[in-house]
Amino acid sequence: MTNFLQKQLKTKGRAYLYLAVATVLVVLLTGTMKAAVGFLLIFGIPLFFMEKMHEYATTGERFSRYIFLVISASVLVFLIAPVLIIIPLSFNAEPYFTFTDEMLSFDSKGYSNRWYLDILHNGMKAPEAIEGWWSDLWNNAQWIRATRNSFFIATVSATIATTLGTLAALGLSRPEMPQRALITSLLISPMIVPLVITATGMYFFYSDIGIAKTYTGVILAHVTLGVPFVIITVTATLSGFDMSLVKASQNMGANGWTTFRRIIMPLILPGMISGALFAFITSLDEVVVVLFIADVEQRTIPRQMFSGIREQISPTILAVASILVVMSVVLLTVLELLRRRGERLRGMSPG
Amino acid sequence: MTTANPSIDQATALPLKEKLARTTAIQRRRAFLLTLPLVLFLLISFVFPIGQMLFNSIHNNKVSGVVPEFTTAIQKWDGQGLPSEEIFEIFVKDLAKAKKVREVGRKVGNMATRINYEMPGSRSLFTKSGRKVGKIKQGPYKEALIKIDKDWADPQVWLTLQRASYDISPAFYIAAMDMKYNEAGEIVKADELYQIYLNNFGKTLWLATLITLICVVLAYPVAYLLSVLPLRQSNLLMIMVLLPFWTSLLVRTTAWIAILQTEGVINDLLVYFGVIGEDGRIQMIYNQTGTIIAMVHILLPFMILPLYSVMKTIQPTYMRAALSMGSKPFYAYRRVYLPQTIPGLAAGTLLVFILAIGYYITPALVGGQDGLLISNLIAYHIQKSLNWSLGAALGTMLLVVVMLLYWVYNRLIGIDKLKFG
Repeated sequence: MTNFLQKQLKTKGRAYLYLAVATVLVVLLTGTMKAAVGFLLIFGIPLFFMEKMHEYATTGERFSRYIFLVISASVLVFLIAPVLIIIPLSFNAEPYFTFTDEMLSFDSKGYSNRWYLDILHNGMKAPEAIEGWWSDLWNNAQWIRATRNSFFIATVSATIATTLGTLAALGLSRPEMPQRALITSLLISPMIVPLVITATGMYFFYSDIGIAKTYTGVILAHVTLGVPFVIITVTATLSGFDMSLVKASQNMGANGWTTFRRIIMPLILPGMISGALFAFITSLDEVVVVLFIADVEQRTIPRQMFSGIREQISPTILAVASILVVMSVVLLTVLELLRRRGERLRGMSPG
Repeated sequence: MTTANPSIDQATALPLKEKLARTTAIQRRRAFLLTLPLVLFLLISFVFPIGQMLFNSIHNNKVSGVVPEFTTAIQKWDGQGLPSEEIFEIFVKDLAKAKKVREVGRKVGNMATRINYEMPGSRSLFTKSGRKVGKIKQGPYKEALIKIDKDWADPQVWLTLQRASYDISPAFYIAAMDMKYNEAGEIVKADELYQIYLNNFGKTLWLATLITLICVVLAYPVAYLLSVLPLRQSNLLMIMVLLPFWTSLLVRTTAWIAILQTEGVINDLLVYFGVIGEDGRIQMIYNQTGTIIAMVHILLPFMILPLYSVMKTIQPTYMRAALSMGSKPFYAYRRVYLPQTIPGLAAGTLLVFILAIGYYITPALVGGQDGLLISNLIAYHIQKSLNWSLGAALGTMLLVVVMLLYWVYNRLIGIDKLKFG
C-alpha cells in the first residue's frame, strides 16, 4: 500500500487525477455541485502548492506537507469566508440571513437590491417623492446621517492625530530623546488599555467639563485612540531614515521648518499617510467610546450597526457591511501601494 | 563641529565639556518639545480621565454630600447600641434639609441607593422616611423616627450608615471581590447568589487563554506557509489575512451572526447534507461558542502578523543543516526552528491575550448570557445599574492586569517593534 502510494504520489500530475476522481465521487454521493466546489477548494489548492515540492521528497514528507497545507488552507478560508459571504447574502430578496433556494439556483428572483435602497430610505420622510428627494435624503435618512457623522469625525480626528503623532514621532526618533521608553509606552497605551475603561474614564471626565454628547468630545476621544497607530507607522519609517540628510540640509542653511518640509516630510510621507489611514479607519470602526459619550446626533456608522444588530436585525445591516468590505479592499490597496513606494524610496527591494 | 576662528572659542571661554553638555541639553529639550504637544493632549484626554475613574473606585460622597452634618456626628459614634438622641436629631434635620435639594447626586435617593448596595432592600427605608421626616417638628427624635419605620431601631442600619459616611472607603473593592461586611463589621465572603465578579474574572481569563491558544494553533501553520512561499504567492495569500484585519469589527461580527445563527448558513448546510435534522439545529451564537469563534476570527491576524514577520527572518539553511546532519524532521523542528520563532510567538500571544481580556463589543453582540466578559459587567454598572464606583473598581482591577501584561510585553518585545501589515 505504502509502496503503491509512494509511486503514484511521486509521479507529477497523478494526484490531480485522484482529486478529480474524488470530486466526482463527492458529486455522486451528495448529488450536488456545491459540495464538489467546497471539496475542490479545500483539497485542490493545497495540492497545487504541494506539486511544487522537490521530487525526492519521501511519501511521509509529502503526506505531512499535504496535511499541513490542508490545515493552512482551512484557516485562510476561515479568515476570508465570513467577510466575503455577506456580499451575496446582502442581495437576498427575502429578509433572511441565509441563502434561499432561489439564490442557490441563481434565479434572478432570489436577488434584489432592496436592502441597498433601504439604506437610503430608512428614516426618510417621503422616499417616493420626487421633489425634495435629495434634501430629504441628506437630512433625514439615518444611514446617510451616520455616514456624514462618521466621515466628519474620522477626517478631523485623523488629521489631528497625524499632526500631533508625526511631531511626537520626530521627537521620539531623535537619539537625544530623554525617557524615550517611558514616553513611547505612554503614547501607545490608548491602544492597549481596554476600550471600556477608556470609555468609562472619558464618560465621567467629558461629562464634567461639558463636552460629552458633543462632536468635540467624540473627536478628542478618537484622536486619542488613533495616535498610537500614527506613532508606530511614522516611527517605523523614521527608523530607516538617513539623519545625515538633515545635517546636509542644515549645513546648506535651511532652517528647521524648511528642512522638515523639503527633506524629512517627502521621505516619511508614506508612513504619515498610512498612519493617517490607520487613524481614519480606527475612528471609522470605533463604537465603544461612541456608545458611552455620543448622543443620537453624533451617531456613526458602527453605532448605527450596533443598534441595528441589537434591535431589529435585517439584511440592511448586511448591505452596509458589504459596502464597508468594498471600502476596506480599496484602503488595503492604497496601503499596499504606499508600502511599496516607501520601500522603493528607502532603497529596499519591493515585497 | 569645528570652528574656523579660534578667537571665538577663547571669547566664550567655556571648557569643551561644558559646551558639549549645553548643546546636548538643548537637543534633548528640542526632542522633548516635539513630543510635548501630544503628551499634554493625552494627559488631558486620556490619562487624567482614567485617573479620575480610578479615584472614583475608592471615593464616593453619596452620604456625606447628602447629610453633611450627620456625617461628622456619626463618625464620632462608638458603634455600641443605637446612636444618641443628639445624633438622631441631626440626622432628622439633615434629612429634611436634603429633601428640598434638587441638585443631581445630592438627593436622598442617591444616598438610599448607596446604602442599598451594602444592605440590599433598604432603599425604601430611606425614600419613605425622606418623605415623612418633614413632619417631625420636635423631639424626641429617636422615637419619632422609629415610629415612621421600625427598621430605624436596627443598629445595623446605623453601622452601615457610619461606614458609608466616609468618602474614601474600600467598600467597592470589597464588593468587586465578592465580599461584604457581616453584622459584626468584619469582611466575609458574600452569599453564593451574589458571587458574580470573581467568577466572571475567572471566566474572562479562561476564555482569553483559550482564544489565545486557538489563535496560536491556527496561526502557526499559516504564518509558516506565508513565510516559505515565493513572494508572489505569499502576497496573494496575505490578502486573505489582511482583508479581515482591515474590515470593520462590526461587519465581521455581523457576518458571524449570519453564518452561525440557527437559521444561518452553517445550520442550513448541515440540514441540507442531513447531518442534523430540521428540528436539531445547533445553537452556535448568542452563547460562549459564538463569542469564542467570532473573537478568534477577529484576533487571529494579530497572531499571524508578528509570527510571520519573525518567521520571515529565519534562514532556511538552519533547518537544512539540521536535517543533513541526520536529525529527524520533528526533532530538527523542535530544536532548531521552534526556538527561533519564540519572539514572534511571545509577541502574538501577549497581544492577543491583552486584547481578548478587555473585549467588549463582540461578547455584547453575540455573547448572549454566558458569553459575557468582565468588560460587559463594567459597562453594565456604568450605563445601566449606575453603580459607578463598583464599575470603576472592577475597571481598576482589569486595568491592573492589562498594565502588568503591557509591562511584560514592553520588557520582552518592546512596543515600538509592533508593525501592521
